[in-house]
Amino acid sequence: MGVVTNAVPRNTATADESVGMSYLDRLPRRLVVVYLPLAVFTFVLLFPFYWMTITALKPNHEMTDFNNYSPFWPTSPTLEHIRYLLFETSYPGWLWNTMLVAIGSTILSLAASVFAAYAIERIRFSGSRYVGLSIFLAYLVPPSILFIPLAVMTFKFGIYDSKLALIFTYPTFLIPFCTWLLMGYFRSIPFELEECALVDGATRWQILTRILLPLSVPGLISAGIFAFTLSWNEFIYALTFIQSSENKTVPVGVLTELVRGDVYEWGALMAGALLGSLPVVLLYSFFVDYYVSSMTGAVKE
Amino acid sequence: MAQAALQENIATPQAAQGPSLLQSRGMVGFLFMLPALVFLLVFLTYPLGLGVWLGFTDTRIGRDGVWIGLENYQLLWDDSLFWLSVFNTLLYTIAASILKFALGLWLALILNEHLPFKALFRAILLLPWVVPTVLSAIAFWWIYDSQFSVISWALLRLGVIDTPINFLGDVENARASVIAANVWRGIPFVAITLLAGLQTISPSLHEAATLDGATGWQRFRYITLPMLSPLIAVVMTFSVLFTFTDFQLIYVLTRGGPLNATHLMATLSFQRAIPGGQLGEGAAIAVAMIPFLLAAILFSYFGLQRRKWQQGGGD
Repeated sequence: MGVVTNAVPRNTATADESVGMSYLDRLPRRLVVVYLPLAVFTFVLLFPFYWMTITALKPNHEMTDFNNYSPFWPTSPTLEHIRYLLFETSYPGWLWNTMLVAIGSTILSLAASVFAAYAIERIRFSGSRYVGLSIFLAYLVPPSILFIPLAVMTFKFGIYDSKLALIFTYPTFLIPFCTWLLMGYFRSIPFELEECALVDGATRWQILTRILLPLSVPGLISAGIFAFTLSWNEFIYALTFIQSSENKTVPVGVLTELVRGDVYEWGALMAGALLGSLPVVLLYSFFVDYYVSSMTGAVKE
Repeated sequence: MAQAALQENIATPQAAQGPSLLQSRGMVGFLFMLPALVFLLVFLTYPLGLGVWLGFTDTRIGRDGVWIGLENYQLLWDDSLFWLSVFNTLLYTIAASILKFALGLWLALILNEHLPFKALFRAILLLPWVVPTVLSAIAFWWIYDSQFSVISWALLRLGVIDTPINFLGDVENARASVIAANVWRGIPFVAITLLAGLQTISPSLHEAATLDGATGWQRFRYITLPMLSPLIAVVMTFSVLFTFTDFQLIYVLTRGGPLNATHLMATLSFQRAIPGGQLGEGAAIAVAMIPFLLAAILFSYFGLQRRKWQQGGGD
């Protein structure tokens, strides 16, 4: 009953049936209408990553000399930029900070969201519909209009320039998202299971922990992965609330510390961007279906 | 701590006879809602109000402000840079959203065809959306370099241009470049969500229409588009909201330059508030974004309602 198993049969069903129509297309037509645009899309969407990787591996003199060296391939690939990044900058610290902040805020948001989604979707207290709607509206509040008051607040709370400032502020956009997603997921779990448990004398707490949560592991994974990625990618709060180099996250650190005046360390910048993207890309590649289902699920409700 | 309290409270009154406070839905629901509610009230609702209040004060970094009424807004009203940023934001949002929608829908239609390695394509084409925006924007920064841009190099080689393109140094070019980077990042989101919608449209509708002699365009116009329109409204609302409030891409690529041609309201608000120290004025700019956001939400909400009604759906 998971998200994945839901999605997969539907895919194959449509795929099978669409064969029924596509025999009407001749190959040359398909080539122009489908394969050529797809190739262009794939090229354009993936080229920046290729370029990032290639630049990170090029020695400095090759990077700016397109006439003597092919721009599309490093003639003598080097790990110098990555070595510089890992051993002569605070980059490993930034990675660690980002990891801590992302994990901390994800766990916090998931815990709060599970209870909230359960309350809205299953306890159905009076007014739960409006609470659900306001959770959705909360997701639409953009960080760009919250960062100034939040900066003032973190300063007053004394957590300015610490990882706690980020761990506490990221749930502002994670909780609405996770709650919304889990509400949809809980809805797909048969209510009868809970009624049986209620008849057998289980408490709400037991129902949630013994019945609902084990059944919604795929939903929890989806929400968790998405929340982790969102907090890994967050920028404006991290830029505003963090001043000292040792507390910066990867996106902020790469941008503010590797660019000094007019000297752009392009190799190190690209290596930083590459390594900083790697954790989310790896996570994504292991859980593509969960990720896609949480993205589409959040929009479809 | 709320969880621990819950566990205690709920475990004990089970034995109690008759309806107790803790068995009423309202109370249990409230207790379960508590952690999320506290968080959102403290870190979302309160700052929202605080932001509006700050907009009416002359708060600076390190100094509490006093109420100055509409002075910030009067200053902004006479500030040509503010109006330029409004214009830029609207241009950026409208151009990027239209392009994202058109290209995203196109990509979704392509991916909806019967393709080999479809799952693989779907997975790798979503990468621009997964990777942190700042980090991919750094790659664009290098691609848009005024001297060593690979695009300029390729066009020079092909003989299309004579001198390297000054991507981020020229007003028009800079606007086009940041819009292109935003579209690049947004296409996968639009495409993959619309693809999910396309897959729910029954192929038998298309078969029936084909038997009746409908052309490909007619099938798209009268079947695909109407079936997809509720989802399109939602996806585009998200897209418009996030484009309108975009900050990261501009901050990396241009910081608002050249000649403030790419300053968005979000970047101007940041610049005035954090490096400039004028928290009050920055907050006022942020508050000035709210009417636009509300308009976008209401527009899509009522657009959505009308379409439902046209399709003959109940309420």
